[in-house]
Amino acid sequence: MKNIDSKNHVTGKSVYVDDIPVQTGTLHGAVFGSPKAHGKIINLNLSEAEKLEGIEGIFTFKDIPGRNQIGGIIEDEPLFAEHEVHFLGQPVAFVVAENETIARKALKLIKIEIEEWEVITDPREAQKKGHLLIPPRTFKMGNVADEWAKCDFIFEGKVESGGQEHLYIETQGSYAYPMDNGSIKIHSSTQGATLVQKMAARILGVPMHRVEVDVARLGGGFGGKEDQATPYACMAALASYILQKPVKLSLHRLDDMQMTGKRHPYSSDFKIGLSKDYKIVAFQAKMYQNGGAANDLSPAITERTLFHSTNAYYIPNTEVIVYSCKTNLPPNTAYRGFGAPQGMFVIESAIAKAACELNVSKRMIQEKNFIKENDLFQYGQIAENVNINNCYQTADQTYHIDQIEKEIEEFNSKNTNSKKGMAVMPICFGISFTKTPMNQARALVHIYQDGSLGISTGAVEMGQAVNTKMIQVAAKVFSIKTERIKIESTNTTRVANTSPTAASSGADLNGNALRIACENLLERLKQTASKMLLCNVSEVSIENEIVLKNGKKTDILWEQLIETAFLDRIALTENGHYATPVIHFDKTKETGHPFAYHVYGTAVVTVTLDCIRGTYEFDDVKIVHDFGNSMNSIIDNGQVEGALMQGIGWVTMEELAFAKDGKLLSSSLTTYKVPDIYSAPKNVEITALKTEGPELALLRSKAVGEPPFMYGIGAYFALIKAIKAFNSNYKIDFDAPLTPEKVLMRLYQK
Amino acid sequence: MITFILNHKLIQTDSHPGTTLLDFIRYGENLPGTKIGCREGDCGACTVLEGTLERNKVTYKSIISCLTPLGNAHGKHIVSIEGINMKELSPVQEAMVDHAATQCGFCTPGFVMSLTAHSLSDEKSTKEKAIAAISGNICRCTGYKSIEKAAESISEILKVKDINDPIQWMVENKFLPEYFLEIGTKLSQIEVTNVQPVNAKIIGGGTDLMVQRPEQIAESDINLFYNRSDLKGIKKNKYTIIIGSAANASEMMKSPIMQEYFPKIKPHFKLISSEPIRNMGTIAGNFVNASPIGDLSIFFLALNANIILKESNNTRKIPLKDFFLDYKKLNLNTGEYIESVIIPVPDEKSVFNFEKVSKRTHLDIASVNSAIQLKLNDDIIEDCSVSAGGVSAIPKYLSKTSDYLKGKKITNGTILKANEILQEEIAPISDVRGTEDYKRLLLRQLFFAHFIKLCPKSISLNELLS
Repeated sequence: MKNIDSKNHVTGKSVYVDDIPVQTGTLHGAVFGSPKAHGKIINLNLSEAEKLEGIEGIFTFKDIPGRNQIGGIIEDEPLFAEHEVHFLGQPVAFVVAENETIARKALKLIKIEIEEWEVITDPREAQKKGHLLIPPRTFKMGNVADEWAKCDFIFEGKVESGGQEHLYIETQGSYAYPMDNGSIKIHSSTQGATLVQKMAARILGVPMHRVEVDVARLGGGFGGKEDQATPYACMAALASYILQKPVKLSLHRLDDMQMTGKRHPYSSDFKIGLSKDYKIVAFQAKMYQNGGAANDLSPAITERTLFHSTNAYYIPNTEVIVYSCKTNLPPNTAYRGFGAPQGMFVIESAIAKAACELNVSKRMIQEKNFIKENDLFQYGQIAENVNINNCYQTADQTYHIDQIEKEIEEFNSKNTNSKKGMAVMPICFGISFTKTPMNQARALVHIYQDGSLGISTGAVEMGQAVNTKMIQVAAKVFSIKTERIKIESTNTTRVANTSPTAASSGADLNGNALRIACENLLERLKQTASKMLLCNVSEVSIENEIVLKNGKKTDILWEQLIETAFLDRIALTENGHYATPVIHFDKTKETGHPFAYHVYGTAVVTVTLDCIRGTYEFDDVKIVHDFGNSMNSIIDNGQVEGALMQGIGWVTMEELAFAKDGKLLSSSLTTYKVPDIYSAPKNVEITALKTEGPELALLRSKAVGEPPFMYGIGAYFALIKAIKAFNSNYKIDFDAPLTPEKVLMRLYQK
Repeated sequence: MITFILNHKLIQTDSHPGTTLLDFIRYGENLPGTKIGCREGDCGACTVLEGTLERNKVTYKSIISCLTPLGNAHGKHIVSIEGINMKELSPVQEAMVDHAATQCGFCTPGFVMSLTAHSLSDEKSTKEKAIAAISGNICRCTGYKSIEKAAESISEILKVKDINDPIQWMVENKFLPEYFLEIGTKLSQIEVTNVQPVNAKIIGGGTDLMVQRPEQIAESDINLFYNRSDLKGIKKNKYTIIIGSAANASEMMKSPIMQEYFPKIKPHFKLISSEPIRNMGTIAGNFVNASPIGDLSIFFLALNANIILKESNNTRKIPLKDFFLDYKKLNLNTGEYIESVIIPVPDEKSVFNFEKVSKRTHLDIASVNSAIQLKLNDDIIEDCSVSAGGVSAIPKYLSKTSDYLKGKKITNGTILKANEILQEEIAPISDVRGTEDYKRLLLRQLFFAHFIKLCPKSISLNELLS
C-alpha cells in the first residue's frame, strides 16, 4: 500500500501550516533574535520599530502572562531572553504586523545593546571550564582498568563528528487564533502536539484545556520539530492571545537555520584493547557532546549515545562517559538517530584504527565481535533475538563481499587517477523511548453509522507514512476496505497527553493503541452479529466486510452490521490505550531493560574517489535490513533509502561552520549543502532479513525510521579506504564530515 | 501593468514588478501548491513553468518562482501545480505515486513541475535529461532513488513523444489540461513591450539579485532585461561569436554554434547551478555580479571574451579581463550595461577545458573553478589562456601563467613550472568555501586536470606527482 497522501502530494493539494486558508485580519509575525551569542542585555529599544505603520505589537518576556519557560526535560530555556542571551539568534522579541514585509522591516529597527561575554563554541573548552548542562553520565560493564594489562593490542584515538541541520523543507511555523472562552487554537508544524499545548499553556498561564493544538502534517521533521517547533508555536499563541487576533508565523530559512538547534557535534577520545585473536576485550571512551545553550533534549540524547556506544558488538569491559557541554550555540536537539550515530561513529573509528594499525581487515574484527544471543548489553539488557550475524552473513551470501573486495583491489591496481574503497557498516538500534513513561499512546476510533471510520491517534504524519500504517492496522483488525478509513489530524482535544512522534516508535505505540481500540470495537460488533445470527460470539468473524459464522459467509455485510449495532445502542466509539510492556530502566544504576526490541542490519558501501579533484561518488550501498515482518515494504524501503542518504550526507558534505563569535557561517542552502539527486549512491539494494518479527513491534513489523541512518556511517570508512589506497602516507583519522576539501588534503598529506 | 497568464487565468496587476512571482502565486492568487523552501533558488520547492510565445509557438521551461521578479512574467504563461492538475493524475504525477517518490510531500510539487517541464521539451527524452531536469530540486526524505525511478519511467513514456508539437502530444496524452492548446492565441494578444524606467537597477534573471537583496528590489525602480529580445540570441560571423547579454546558460548549452566550437559545453555547464537556474541566469548578470567565483566569468575569461558596454548611444568594447577591477568593483560607468559578449571563433587547433570543484558537485558555488584554452601544434603550446575563480578578489585571468606557457612544449616539467607561477599569481583567502591551503592545492589539481584531460598522451597524474 502506498502512502495515502501520495495523490494529494503530487497535485500540491496537501495542506501544511502555511497553506491553511487564513481568517480575515490575520497578522504576521517575525522573530527578533539576539545579534550576539553571549552577554547581558543592557538595553532593548523597540520605539522605532513600534512606530512603523502596520505594526500591531512587539512582544518580549514582559508580555508573558504565565511563565517564561519552555524547557522540557530541564527548565532552563526561556521563550524570550530576559536579561541575558546565550546564543546568537536567541529569540528576544516577537514582532507582529499587518503583513510579513512590515514585520521583517521592523526587525531592522529594533535596537539592542549587549554587554558581550566570552563565547564558547567548543565542547572540550566548555567542559574544562565546568560548563555542563547535566552531570556527566557513565555506562560501565566489567572492569576496564583491570583488563588493559591483558590486552595484546591497545589503540587510542580522537574522533570528531559534526552537527547536522535538519533541513526539513518546510521551515518552522504556526498559526494561532483565539477561540471561545479565552481558549486558543494553534496549528503547528510540530512532532509533539502535547508539548506545544503544555508549553503554550505555561506561557499563557492557562490550564492545558484552554489550548488546542492541531497538526495536519509536517513538511519534514527528522527530530527538528520534536522540541523546537514549540517556541514558534508559543510566540504566535502569545501574540494571538494578547491581541485576540489570528497570528501566523513562518520562519525564513536563514532565521530557521541560525536560530534552531541541530544534531549535536561530538568530540571524543577512545581507547580500545584487543586480544591476539582480535576479540575486543575493553573499550573506553570519553565523549564531549556539544549541547548548545540549553538542555532541550540533550539529557535524553546523552543517554542514547551511551546505549549505542558499542553498536552491534559485545565488549565485556566497557566504560563510556558523556559530558553534555554547555556552549553558546543554539540548543542542539533531536535528529534521526538521537545521539546513536555519534556514539557508533566512535566505536567504528576505534575498530578502523585497530584494523589499520594491525593491517587486518576491519570487517574481520567486526565479524568476530558481533553481539550474540544472551550476551549482555552494557546497560544490563540481555540480547534476545539477535540478528546481527544473520544480517551480516546474509549480506555476504547475497552480495559476495569477498568478490567486491577483490574487484576493488583490481580496480585500484589498474587506476591511478581514481581509487575505490569499501566498508561494512553493521547496526544495532534499540526501540523505545529510553524514558520509560513516554512509551504510551492512545487512539480514538469512531465508526460512523454508514460504516466509515474516523481515526485519531497521537502520531504525527511527516512523510514516514504513519497514517498509512494506521489505516492498515484498522483495516486488518476489522477486515474492511481501506477506503472506509480516514485518519484525522493529530489534535490534542481528541487524543490527549501524547508522546512526540519520535524515537522511530510512532507506529509501534500509536498503532498498538489503535489495534487495541479496534479489537475492543470488533468484540462488540461480533456480539451484535452473534445476536443477529443467534449464535455464540466465538462462532463469529468478519472477513472482507462480510460476517462469517463458523467460517461460512452469511448475508450480513459490514454496513448492515454497523447500522444494527447503532440501533442496538452499542458504543461505536472506542479509545485504545497502549503502554509498552516489559521495559524499565533504573538511572541510578544505569541498568535495566530499556528497549522493547532491537533493529539490526548490515550495509556494504563502496565509493569511487577522484584522486585528482578529491571528489567522490558512491557506487553501491547494499543492505540487509531486519524489518521484522514488514507490514509495508514500499514505505519501509523508502525509510531505509531516505535515512541512508541523510547518514551519508552527515559524514560527507553536510558541514556546519560556526565563527568564533557563535555565528553560523553555513546559514543558508547556498553554504550548507545537503545531498542532491546526483549525490545519491548509484545503486541501492535492500534485502529484507527473513524473520517473524518481535511481538512488541506493530504487527511484528519493526520500527524503521532511525536505524538505517547509521548505514551512512559506512560512507566515511569506505572513503578513508580509498584515500589510503592512493596515499599510503595518509594516517587515517576520524573527522566527519569528510568533505571534498578534507579528502583532497588527505590525498596529498605527506 | 504586468500582464500574463497564470494557469488558465489572465492576470493584470499593478503589483510592484520586483516582488517575487512566488508570493504573487501563493498569497496573491491563493495557490498554495507552490511551496516556499529557501527563497534562494537552492531547493526547487517553488518551481513553476514559464511559457514563452516565439514564432507562433509556445515553449516551456522550468523556473524558480522565488527568484523571479513578477515583472519577468509579463507576456508569459506561468504554470503552477494547480495549472496542470486534471481530474486524473498526469503520467508525471502517476509515476511519482507509483514509485513512492513522495514522502512528506513538501518538495513534491516542485519535482512534478520540473519533470513536466522536461516532458514539454522539444528534445528527445533520456533518463539523464529527466534527472538533469530535477537537478535543482532538493528532497530531504526519499534519498532520491524512488524519484530516479519515477524520472526513468517518465522518460520511457516520453520515448514516443512528438517533438515537433510537444504541447499537442502532451494534451492528447493527458500530461496537460486542454486549455494549454489555447495559450498561444491568448499570449499573442498581450502587448509585450512594456515601458521601463531608465537609470534604474538592471535585473536579468534575478538569480543573484533576488537572493542578495529581495526587499530592496521589491520597493525600488527596476529595469527588467530578462525579456529584452534585442539582447538575446547567439550569432556567429567569420571571426567571432556574439552572445546577447540576456542570453542564459541554457540557451548557450543548446546553441548549435556553441556546441560546434565547445563540444563539451553540456557537461561543463551541467556543473553550473541547476537546470531552472540555468534557464534564468543571464551571462551578463553573472559577469556584473562580479563574484570572484562566477562560473561563466571564469569560462569566458579563458576564451578571451570581449564585452560591449552600452550607455544610451555610446558603446565601448573592452576585454572581459579588464572588466573586473577589484572585489565587486567593475569597469562599468553609471548607466552603462553589457550589450553583448564577443569571443573569437576558436580555430581548429584550439582545445578547451573547464573544471569546477565544490562541496556538492551540482547546484553549488565552486570552491575553485578554472578554465583553459590551448592552441596546440603537436606538443607545442602556441597560445594559452587560463583563468581561475575563488583564488583572488576577482575572477582571475592568469596572465603570467598563460604567458609562460605560450611557445612551450607540453611536458610534465612545463606544467610543474607553470604551477609555480600560477601559485604566485593567486591570493586565495580562507572562508566557508575552503581554507587557503585547500584552494591552492585544489587549483594546482585542477590545473593538472586540464592537461591530463587535454593532453593525456604527454601528461599523467603519476608523473606530475613523482
